[in-house]
Amino acid sequence: MDLSMKWLNDYVKADMPIKEFVDGMTMSGSKVETYRDLSEPLKNIVVGKVVQIEKHTDSEKLWICQLDVGKDAPVQIVTAAQNLYVGAVVPVVLDGGVCIDRHNNTVMKIKKGKLRGVESFGMMCSFDELGMENSDFPYASPDGILIFNEDPDFDKFVIGEDITKAVGIDDTVVEFEITNNRPDCLSVIGLAREAHATFRLPFELKTPVFKGIDGDINKELSVTVENKKLCTRYMAAKVKNIKIAPSPRWLAERLRASGVRAINNFVDITNFVMLEYGHPMHAFDARYVEGNKIVVRNAEDGEVLKLLDDKTPELKLSEDMLVICNEKEPMALAGVMGGLNSGIREDTKEVIFESACFDGVNVRRTAKKAGVRTESSSRFEKGLDPENAKNALYRALELVELLGCGEVVKNVIDVYPVVKEPKRLKLDSEWINSFLGANIPESEQIESLKRLDFAYDETDKTVTPPAVRIDIERPCDLAEEIARIYGYNRIESTVPKLASHNVLTPVEILKAKLMNIMTAQGCRETMTFSFISPKSYEKCRIDESERKSVEIINPLGEDTGVMRTSLIPSMMEVVTRNINNRTLSGRFFEIGREYHPVGDKNELPVEKEVLICTVYGDGEDFFTIKGIAEEVLGKCGVSPVFTSLRSNRSFHTGRCAEITAEGGKVIGVCGEIHPLAAENYGIDNTRVYMLVIKLEELLECSDSDVKYTALPRFPASVRDLSLVCDSDVSNGEIGGIISKNAKHLESVRLFDIYTGEQIPEGKKSLSYKLTFRKADGTLTDEECDKAVGKIINALSEKNITLRT
Amino acid sequence: MKEQLDNIQKQALTEIQNASDIKSVDDLKIRLLGKKGELTAILKQMGKLSAEERPVIGQLANEVRQVIETDIARRREQLKSLDTERRLKKEVIDVTLPGKRTEQGGRHPLNIVLDELKEIFKGMGYSIVDGPEVEETKYVFDMLNTDEGHPARDMQDTFYITDNILLRTQTSSVQIRTMLKTSPPIAIISPGKVYRNDSVDATHSPIFHQCEGLVVDKGITFGDLKGTIETFAKRLYGSDVKIRFRPHHFPYTEPSAEADFQCFKCGGKGCPLCKGEGWIELLGCGIVHPQVLLNCGIDPDVYSGFAFGVGLERLAMMRYAIDDMRLLYENDLRFLKQF
Repeated sequence: MDLSMKWLNDYVKADMPIKEFVDGMTMSGSKVETYRDLSEPLKNIVVGKVVQIEKHTDSEKLWICQLDVGKDAPVQIVTAAQNLYVGAVVPVVLDGGVCIDRHNNTVMKIKKGKLRGVESFGMMCSFDELGMENSDFPYASPDGILIFNEDPDFDKFVIGEDITKAVGIDDTVVEFEITNNRPDCLSVIGLAREAHATFRLPFELKTPVFKGIDGDINKELSVTVENKKLCTRYMAAKVKNIKIAPSPRWLAERLRASGVRAINNFVDITNFVMLEYGHPMHAFDARYVEGNKIVVRNAEDGEVLKLLDDKTPELKLSEDMLVICNEKEPMALAGVMGGLNSGIREDTKEVIFESACFDGVNVRRTAKKAGVRTESSSRFEKGLDPENAKNALYRALELVELLGCGEVVKNVIDVYPVVKEPKRLKLDSEWINSFLGANIPESEQIESLKRLDFAYDETDKTVTPPAVRIDIERPCDLAEEIARIYGYNRIESTVPKLASHNVLTPVEILKAKLMNIMTAQGCRETMTFSFISPKSYEKCRIDESERKSVEIINPLGEDTGVMRTSLIPSMMEVVTRNINNRTLSGRFFEIGREYHPVGDKNELPVEKEVLICTVYGDGEDFFTIKGIAEEVLGKCGVSPVFTSLRSNRSFHTGRCAEITAEGGKVIGVCGEIHPLAAENYGIDNTRVYMLVIKLEELLECSDSDVKYTALPRFPASVRDLSLVCDSDVSNGEIGGIISKNAKHLESVRLFDIYTGEQIPEGKKSLSYKLTFRKADGTLTDEECDKAVGKIINALSEKNITLRT
Repeated sequence: MKEQLDNIQKQALTEIQNASDIKSVDDLKIRLLGKKGELTAILKQMGKLSAEERPVIGQLANEVRQVIETDIARRREQLKSLDTERRLKKEVIDVTLPGKRTEQGGRHPLNIVLDELKEIFKGMGYSIVDGPEVEETKYVFDMLNTDEGHPARDMQDTFYITDNILLRTQTSSVQIRTMLKTSPPIAIISPGKVYRNDSVDATHSPIFHQCEGLVVDKGITFGDLKGTIETFAKRLYGSDVKIRFRPHHFPYTEPSAEADFQCFKCGGKGCPLCKGEGWIELLGCGIVHPQVLLNCGIDPDVYSGFAFGVGLERLAMMRYAIDDMRLLYENDLRFLKQF
């Protein structure tokens, strides 16, 4: 809402410094976004009158003008403008003055100088150079000097007067951010009421009155409201013998300051009243109210309406839209916009004013469906007060008479089946203080509410808010009103003594731990979107059974259409983006959610948290991702078992392992991304490795209960075993046989793998360092030999022999 | 014999001085003082001396021995320090060459800020509560006084899965779930992802993060809300930070407020960072609307509470002077490495 300070001053003299005004309004609840002085950056420009014109002796195009600028002697200005004449009243930038250079978007400083030898002490300017529009001066030539002689208010121009005052831009516009609950503040009067309450200034609100001419509107017009739910009040008035003309300057300048372009007196009156009272109105050309009937009803399927803005194509109406019709057809989309046909034109002779109250939700939906959001619809959709419809209509009629542009029929039509009862609320000052934690005396509470125009009834201690305050319903609403006028920042700050205490969930603890481990592994945390393109499942070769996703009805685009069931696509995007940015290696991780739909679409999906990690580029291979897995799981107290997994299509069939905990619970998977999947992302010479760990399963298996183990007191015996086996035998198998058959074995470590000379084709050699130790004494050579012998026997049964 | 001893000493001192490395000094020591050394050899002849001469020569021999020993030690020390000096000279390196680092990873800037928030509120006794992101409409809107017909419920603002299921637009849904499940006293924060139907640009994202808080107990007041937010802001931005509360509107709180902190760059005078206002918005908050408590089966005549919600993106962007929100979700390593 753009508020003209000049307009506000018609009601409340808020003439304090502007900074004080905006701060005060912001702190009492009407947030000021910004403000601007309309006269900026103009300086030293006055109204002048051409008293003499001579041709420049040394130029074909230049004129030497003498201008009366209200001083003792005229000012001489040389100009190239060709539209001047003696008697022309124009804006004159005096020596040292500033105007606007629109073409270069800068300011222009005017200094006296010589043009072809003749002294010039300033410049006459165009509306452009005043920063104004042709529509502000419809009579002005777009490329000459602005000449005021045809202005409807020409008689009010004073020679020598400051131009900003003369054209009405001696004003400051304050832009407010009005919250949804306060449609009453989308008006000058609403904000005046707030300013009155904020600054304790007198507030003058006159009830609008009009005289009217004899006659009975009921003989000339009938109004039928068919849908009384969507239209709670409909008022209509008729104006005859109208004269369409430009509005007077005081009215036009208030509209302009509010960001509304002046069009003609009748259109301007409806806009003016909307801005002043916050209640939208409409004006019909009576000629098009066929049958002299106004019917408020739902549109019928198939009906169409061409809107006033002339931009949108003919609108196909639907049954849920409320329309204002004549005998035959719709004339306006209720509360949104009028039709082109029934609008005011240059030759309009009689006007019917509408001031009504429509259902907010319906207006909003209709406006959205029609694709037009107007000043009118944005007010109605917040819910307006039907009482205010009358004030608005009367004000419009008052203005018609004030402007002398028509004759108002004395009575008006008012269809208002259920009259709104004023609300009464009990004022319990003690409760308010305990609710706020404040100590505001009852008298001050009452005073605050009265300043907001609430009526106070002493006999039963009740208050009645002004009718436009549709947001006041409960005691807590009163508390807010009192608090904001008293001042939020004057209420003492206290810290509650919480009877609760912090409880950390096991998942929270686990996640914090994982974050530490992952960063220690050199991984950077990412933050990816949880919706993905459904196509990425195919790109990542994710199993059909895993593709059933939660689908968004209205996604931003296809790329973000479904909630992911896997974080692999998200991570592939991260890798791809980084490779494209020439980051040729990296380590990333994220703890994020997968969303798995359940059978019934109307039930919430299962959201599962997973840890995903990816590594790619130089120095990274299967064993680095496996190492990360081992480190993570080890620190969580899990001894993981890695088993070759060929069935996961997203991974390289020969370089993928399923990760299980003791007891066989599957907690994750790790491996190299399938080359075809990488190729789908345009990655062809970098291998990408991923690790996925399911948090819920990890939590079930993790054991954070660490107990100290006594340090060994007796020496260890170390034996190296070099073994030969078939090349498809895995380290895991051999390790398993060793551990299962060993006595006193403390650790096994693989230290060499060898194929080549001395090893037959199809075989390989693996070398292990075995450490044996006894807890209760020194292990003898014999005991150790015996243990090793048992291991060798067990191995040879599997055709794994000592290398000779 | 005295002469002999004098000669040995004289010659020894010359030789010691001439020894050019530690090994020669050590060799000399053996030759001169060892069991088969020259001095020992002379001492062996002591028996031939008269009883009067013996103690005199004996003392002299000891003196000579001591002189030689001391000098050897001196020379050895001298050579060692020369040696060390030479070695260090040879081993000079360019200390400006790059160091060998074990690179640590790092957390995402949003989570760094979130961790800080969690720590602050944990310290104040709040528990951290999680809830579903794909949520029922009733928990996101209906029970939070956002009736059917409210603009926030429009498809243009909210992502829908079905008519009754959507992607939560605020983590307040977690507060509702908590109030339905737990009876007061309640003190929780609910951080998490939220969704709004906004296209991606420098200041918008369809997915962003909030951290909301809720306290419900007997006698909770607006003053308590103010005090809590002030404490939080001081822990986050330092004890000098100035906070102000402005009236605002949310459907689920009454009274509602927005808390601003005074711009730390200009100290409230107005600058580009605070868009000339002198204050920067920190969060929205308010006293829980009695209808919301009722909706959750909590008697508003007995209990009251406050709620607040902070946008993590804004905090992180402010903290790290990030001027484009998109950077937070692009996961460019060159960006992530800076935190």
